[in-house]
Amino acid sequence: LTIHALPPLPVVVPFLAAALLMAVGHHLSRRVIDVLAITTAAAVAGLCALLLDQSRQGPIVYWFGGWKPRNGIALGISFVIDPFGAVLALLAALLVLAGFVYCWRYFNEVGPLYPALVLTFLGAMAGFALTGDLFNLFVFFELMSVAAYALTAVKIEEEESLMGAFSFAVSNSIGSFLVLLGIALLYGRTGALNLAQIGTTLHGQPADGLVVTAWVFIAAGFSVKAALVPFHFWLADAHAVAPAPVCVLFSGVMVELGLYAVLRVYWTVFAGTLTADENGLRLMLLAAGTLSAVLGGVLCFAQRHLKRMLAFSTISHMGMFVIGAGCLTADGLAGTGVYVLGHGFVKGGLFLCAGVVLNRFGSVDENRLRGRAGVLRGLGVLVAAGGLALSGMPPFGTCTGKALIEDAAEHLGHRWVSAVFLLCSALTGGAVLRAAAALFLGWGHAINKEAHTPQKEERETEDKYPRTPLVMLMPVGFLLILGLAVGLWPALVDEAQRAANDFQNPARYRSVVLYSQTPVRAAGAEEPPPRGYLMGGASALAAAALALLALFSDRLPSALCRLGRTAKPLLSALHAVHSGHVGDYVVWIVAGVAALGGFCALLAGKG
Amino acid sequence: MSFLPYVVAAWLFLIGLYGIITSRHLVHLIVCLSVVQSSTYVLLLSIGYRIGAGAPIFADVPPGTPAVDPVVQALTLTDIVVGATVMALLLALAAQVHKRRKSLDPQHLRPMRG
Repeated sequence: LTIHALPPLPVVVPFLAAALLMAVGHHLSRRVIDVLAITTAAAVAGLCALLLDQSRQGPIVYWFGGWKPRNGIALGISFVIDPFGAVLALLAALLVLAGFVYCWRYFNEVGPLYPALVLTFLGAMAGFALTGDLFNLFVFFELMSVAAYALTAVKIEEEESLMGAFSFAVSNSIGSFLVLLGIALLYGRTGALNLAQIGTTLHGQPADGLVVTAWVFIAAGFSVKAALVPFHFWLADAHAVAPAPVCVLFSGVMVELGLYAVLRVYWTVFAGTLTADENGLRLMLLAAGTLSAVLGGVLCFAQRHLKRMLAFSTISHMGMFVIGAGCLTADGLAGTGVYVLGHGFVKGGLFLCAGVVLNRFGSVDENRLRGRAGVLRGLGVLVAAGGLALSGMPPFGTCTGKALIEDAAEHLGHRWVSAVFLLCSALTGGAVLRAAAALFLGWGHAINKEAHTPQKEERETEDKYPRTPLVMLMPVGFLLILGLAVGLWPALVDEAQRAANDFQNPARYRSVVLYSQTPVRAAGAEEPPPRGYLMGGASALAAAALALLALFSDRLPSALCRLGRTAKPLLSALHAVHSGHVGDYVVWIVAGVAALGGFCALLAGKG
Repeated sequence: MSFLPYVVAAWLFLIGLYGIITSRHLVHLIVCLSVVQSSTYVLLLSIGYRIGAGAPIFADVPPGTPAVDPVVQALTLTDIVVGATVMALLLALAAQVHKRRKSLDPQHLRPMRG
């Protein structure tokens, strides 16, 4: 087995393992199934790490069945593996691994079905991250979506899980139909499905109505998966009901893959035709990102249901990622990459903590549990550390990523981005810290008694354990340490900047894929400034301050309280918009597509 | 090539979305989703269609015989398989909902709010 045969393995290995589990899993004991699942996830992680290392020299191109392009015309299907794709596949594999270890003591009677579904999910995510073919991208997108719908509804005896999975499935299916319409239009124009080939055909041509429409459909379709406002409604419902180790995958890597697809398609296909007005596009992305970041942050802070709180925090972070990628510079994209890694590990750890709380107390409602979790001191420390890490405290990876993005935005003259980041980090980190103080220390007082959150939640575990099993805490620690490692590994920033440079160089991508030219390594940029640590520390402090403010709001002077009360109607309106009704969600998707289409038509008209 | 198939595709997409938005029954909603999906079939097939061309089967015909584009047909087939999976899963979810609540009206089945 040589290195050249590696590329399809991160997809093939989990699929084979899943098929094996489905075929003979009913005859195997639970521990054998667990060991098989853990081994497979570890093997995929190893493969992805190997591919990541190889791809640092330049994209690895693999043609299925040896159908290589001739004279620059590609007919076959290819995997094109660059560091961004490989690192996302690695992130997915590591989160799956942590989830499997955690499941050692977690589920009642799941049988082989749960690990088989998760492995299918993993294979699809890896394929999605590694492919270089537009239709292949769609197929893996659908596959990971279907696995995700089924995983959301694993607790099939609960009506809430069913309805959460239902709105998730309907919203995301509409997203994937939009993507497919866009693919069909592009194929009609170019007669190609390979990303590099489509890009070559469209390069240098002015963007006409058909190309703009295809871009709007593809961008909007993948944005549904990326849970950007106003496409985000499904996310909180699905996260609230899905088992904790599944939420880890949803928040940690699946929604990020939605954004990855938008960026991949933009830089390989549309960058050569849509960039007539790059500044206009940048402003649109920054505005859209800010909207998601602020709205998600506010809703996160207003939540008392731990899993929904973390879900809204993911929406906020997706907004920040869009801001980073929306700078359309290598620095911004590199920062986004680092931030995605740091956030994925930290958020994953926090979701696992929420799962432990759910196991112990049969609830994840902050008000109901106030002070009752004090016995779990170790868990409390982990949640507090996760909250601080989420707010971007140095030296976690979230801090490095944020600093890079803020710097990139400042270079472009958008200094206000730092303020948005400070606010959103404080809101999302502060919400977690507030919940930690309430749960484990019993601080604060119960407010908002008629909470919008459900009162009943089923435990997902076999028994109520007298003590939290160590095997459930270990993955949490593992993920937080990985989040720390992202921030402490000195070479990462340089590597990310090189990878981002290559990611945004469509000419290089095309020559590597279509003409198998040996790529030249792009140069990295300068070191990140130490100012990032200051900003990170400031946002952690702000998060702690916000948490204290929320906990002890009854001791504030009454003038301040009245000020706070004026925000109530606004919050109620926001809550009312999240109605839990599928039809409403689809209306928002249609409105989002219309808005995106309007902006893009304006941009194209100006160019 | 006439515009008619493209108009039909757009119509199917929009009328399906309208059905989903206004639906008061989960099974009806799922059928509407499959109507939306049909628009992708129509669009794909009409992109590959050529007037007067035969099926893309190249046995027993002289080289150079015009044929419709086989790629979009393969895409449509894949799309149909994907659609069948999603519909089956959604119908299974709807059946479970009905078992627990004896109702399929999404207005009465909101998961949670805020």
